[in-house]
Amino acid sequence: MQNLLAFLAKYKNIFLFLILETIALIMVSFSYSYHGSLAFNSVNDITGGIFKTFAEVEDYFSLKRENEILLKENAALHDSLKSSFLITDTNYVYVDTLYRYVPAHVVYITTNNPSNYFIIDKGKKHGIKKEMGVISPTGIAGIVIGVSNHYSLVMPLIHPNFTGSARIKKNNMLISVQWDTTDYRFGKITDIPSYVDLYKGDTIVTTGFSLIFPENLNVGTVEKYYPSPDKEFATGIIRFSTDYKSLKNVYVIDNLMKAEVKKLMEEKNE
Amino acid sequence: MNKTLSNILRFVILILIQVLIFNHISLWGYLTPYPYLYFILLLPRDISKTSLLLAGFFTGLTVDIFQNTLGMQAAAATLVAFARPYILKSYFRTMDFAKDEIPGINKLKFGGFFKYTFTLVFIHSFTVYVLETLSLNNFLNLLKYTSVNALITTMFIIIFELFAAKKTKR
Repeated sequence: MQNLLAFLAKYKNIFLFLILETIALIMVSFSYSYHGSLAFNSVNDITGGIFKTFAEVEDYFSLKRENEILLKENAALHDSLKSSFLITDTNYVYVDTLYRYVPAHVVYITTNNPSNYFIIDKGKKHGIKKEMGVISPTGIAGIVIGVSNHYSLVMPLIHPNFTGSARIKKNNMLISVQWDTTDYRFGKITDIPSYVDLYKGDTIVTTGFSLIFPENLNVGTVEKYYPSPDKEFATGIIRFSTDYKSLKNVYVIDNLMKAEVKKLMEEKNE
Repeated sequence: MNKTLSNILRFVILILIQVLIFNHISLWGYLTPYPYLYFILLLPRDISKTSLLLAGFFTGLTVDIFQNTLGMQAAAATLVAFARPYILKSYFRTMDFAKDEIPGINKLKFGGFFKYTFTLVFIHSFTVYVLETLSLNNFLNLLKYTSVNALITTMFIIIFELFAAKKTKR
């Protein structure tokens, strides 16, 4: 016993070092999966507050650009109003509200790390919950993975744990989208049937299957297309619609039918 | 100024500079300097190993909380804190340190401070890169990346140190 205590006392710093490293590495290991980052992250009102103060000062430098983006979006929304269409078929108008949009500002964002994230200034008190979608004026931006009272943490498309299905707009073909972990502007598309012809500039949109994003939102446009040599699935590179370097204004999407659809699925499983 | 107070002040200022300014920087698209390590480098020479390890861990963890990279900086900074006494001992064996003396540029001289800073910052960059990418593949690329990143971080730390040393005339 005496010897053991003496031994521990002699190497106490080595032990402390090993304990601290173990704690740190256990924390790191959580970040390697989507569910890990959903369960374990560090969004809180203190860091959010500091970032917000700083972002407010920074915002003045990009007001003009932001206004232009929002003006364009407004124009697009006007175009899609019911009054902008000549309605001949009265059956197609959907009368119930499907999605609620909560406007938010980005207070902090990283774009250059192998895994990125951003923080927005709306949280629990504004009705934000985990796994809600976040969109920018130009396309989809990410998924909420953590909420504090006033802030939320969002996993953007430029995160290795973000993988999802999407559609080629022109022919409704389903494909997979993923980030290639090097450049914040580009993503990988895979699982493209080899008989599909893709060209630079073709639009990739959301499917609406995930209950997180509405359908037909822009994900990106095709930048490069690599037809498969062995008649298997082809791959390609897309340019994301959302420019993360200049991301300021976003909307959080609350799918009001999510609970209902989930319940239905559970009933089916029983 | 009181030693403890000046250390706390240095901690707060460096963390803020790190998370508000340097975390936004990406030179040539992929290099992010980590000058917050300056805090660990500048703790007194005779600080106990236990306090040094705890200081390293919590400094790293604070940066982690802001970056949402829980554990990564903590792991790297703890390793730096662990290595620091051995590096100081092997580089400056013959040098005498007064009580509470800081291993700054006035004491170690420019060459010595550069060597000391670069070695520890390199250990940090290397650890962070390996934890981020989880692979030792492409070892040459990894070495290139970490040494350039360490060199740039060292440069910023030396700039901070030149300002600080001039002002206080330690």
